[in-house]
Amino acid sequence: MAAGGQSNGKGGQPLLSVQNVETFYGAVMAIRGVSLDVHEGQIVTILGANGAGKTTLLKTISGVMDPEKGKIVFEGKEIQGAEPDAIVRSGIVHVPEGREIFPFLSVEENLMMGAFTRSDRANFAADLDMVHSYFPILKDRAGQQAGYLSGGQQQMLAIGRGLMGKPRLMLLDEPSLGLSPILVQEIFAIIRRLNQEQGVTILLVEQNANVALKVADHGFVLEVGRIVMADTSARLLASEDVQEFYLGMHGESQREQKRWKRRKTWR
Amino acid sequence: MGVEALNPQPQDEFPRNPSHAPAKPIRSRWEKDAPRCVVAREEIGLEALQLLLGGIANGCIYGLVALGFVLIYKATEQVNFAQGDMMMFGAFLALTFVNEAWFGWPFALGLLAAMAVMGTLSYLLDKLVLRNLFGQPQFAVVILTIALGFVIRFAAGVIWGHEPQSIETPLTGKSVHFAGLVMGLEEVAVIVVTIALTAVLFVFFSRTRIGLAMQASSQNQLAAYYMGIPVKRVYSLVWALSGVVAAIAGVLFATKGTIDPASGLLGIKAFAAAVIGGFGSLPGALLGGIIVGVVEPFAARYLAAGYSQIAPYAIMLIVLVIAPNGILAQMQKKKV
Ligand SMILES: Nc1ncnc2c1ncn2[C@@H]1O[C@H](COP(=O)(O)OP(=O)(O)O)[C@@H](O)[C@H]1O
Ligand SMILES: [Mg+2]
Repeated sequence: MAAGGQSNGKGGQPLLSVQNVETFYGAVMAIRGVSLDVHEGQIVTILGANGAGKTTLLKTISGVMDPEKGKIVFEGKEIQGAEPDAIVRSGIVHVPEGREIFPFLSVEENLMMGAFTRSDRANFAADLDMVHSYFPILKDRAGQQAGYLSGGQQQMLAIGRGLMGKPRLMLLDEPSLGLSPILVQEIFAIIRRLNQEQGVTILLVEQNANVALKVADHGFVLEVGRIVMADTSARLLASEDVQEFYLGMHGESQREQKRWKRRKTWR
Repeated sequence: MGVEALNPQPQDEFPRNPSHAPAKPIRSRWEKDAPRCVVAREEIGLEALQLLLGGIANGCIYGLVALGFVLIYKATEQVNFAQGDMMMFGAFLALTFVNEAWFGWPFALGLLAAMAVMGTLSYLLDKLVLRNLFGQPQFAVVILTIALGFVIRFAAGVIWGHEPQSIETPLTGKSVHFAGLVMGLEEVAVIVVTIALTAVLFVFFSRTRIGLAMQASSQNQLAAYYMGIPVKRVYSLVWALSGVVAAIAGVLFATKGTIDPASGLLGIKAFAAAVIGGFGSLPGALLGGIIVGVVEPFAARYLAAGYSQIAPYAIMLIVLVIAPNGILAQMQKKKV
């Protein structure tokens, strides 16, 4: 499968290029040779069921885990296996699954920690204003302990904290997790604005394929550590397989059974 | 005295009101202050106040050692059983820098040098030794720090001998008289320094970038990695900080009385103080220390002999039964 070779009209070097990456938990291979490209200015989504390896892939990119094999190239430089702080400095910020805020720090202190690696601390106030303009609630709650925020507010804080690192590429892991449909809409609208207004390239991991494909330019489908589909969002949205397995056209149990039958045809 | 010191009995060094320990043949370090601490016997209240102040001063030292335990535990979930011995070693370093018999440096310079050396040694201990134990079972670190305590005690005995020694400070032998109370100036200094250090640490943890990063790393290690905080270096810095605090505690301890290689066994009481305070709370550690410090002299004065020695542990057990998380525990659901 020609992953990364999409004709998206954006020629030239990709901003991020993942090449044949394999990542293990002990003896268990969670990422089994994944390749994908993300071009500057895009929103790219990785879809997949629970346990497919989406989070592991993001962790491998952000340096929290080291790949056993393969290359990760960001802005022309190989970064696989580098320490997470070096990777944040190079311009990749990982907004983790489940928010992972600092519960006993205030909202503003959480945002300060997002800017930890920045050497241009003079711009802190301006960046804080920028984050507040997207998430006004974070200004209202600036002094409050982050652990007391609601789930949606914590997700906003996690994204805002990531923005404080001034990333060129933001890795977003399931921002819709556990949020009401209205909040999901709100957060995805902001993700799109960040992409357009701040020029942040976004690699978005989602189980909620419907929402993700509507905001993304490109999509990849990950199954048990391998990419099984790669296409433009429009085509993925129209694809029967995606409709069946990720857009909830069938009941839950039926879907699980069908996956087993259909998976073979994808390889 | 030398014989006694070779058979260290730390329990023998509880603060007791000297005027009530008249016939004791061997001078313990607390009794050094005896001539200066004259209490009006008929004034029970005044006596209690005197006991209270002395207890608070001792408690501050327990509290600072407990603070060292908690700093490291909160950040790294390791327990450093050598904390008391680090305190003792820091005191001997300062003594070496300051006393006329050795280097004879000005007191402030010697104190700063002892803090710097202890900070550096602790940093290197984490960076070169403990970091390699990452992923090993928890008890590997426990065993290692217990062994380290033995090594420090042994090294101190070889270098400085087992005779109790005092550090020469600008305050030695001075006392303050206030409303009928007599306090050694050293005791006042201990309390003042502890308050000042608490204020400095508070500002450090709540206002500085690295202090906030320490808090962040201890609250959510994974998220700290995601933010690009160099978590391992932050852990080493926490060790360094606890080494610096140990040095300060040691100097205060040696200022109030004398120091010998067995003094570090005070760490066991400080550990109880940390548990009383919640083992995850910095203010709790200080409060726990002060509780232990205050209860000891009162138990020695008003209860039958021997009770004061078990008092810290009795309180610890009571606290563990009533409030298993300690009295100032954060309601913490710790993330992986
Ligand atoms: N800490 C871990 N230790 C061992 N196996 C893990 C660990 N985390 C995830 N896995 C396994 O790796 C695979 C991929 O997990 P993950 O990347 O979290 O999937 P996703 O994010 O797509 O739900 C799963 O089979 C999961 O069981
Ligand atoms: Mg996941």
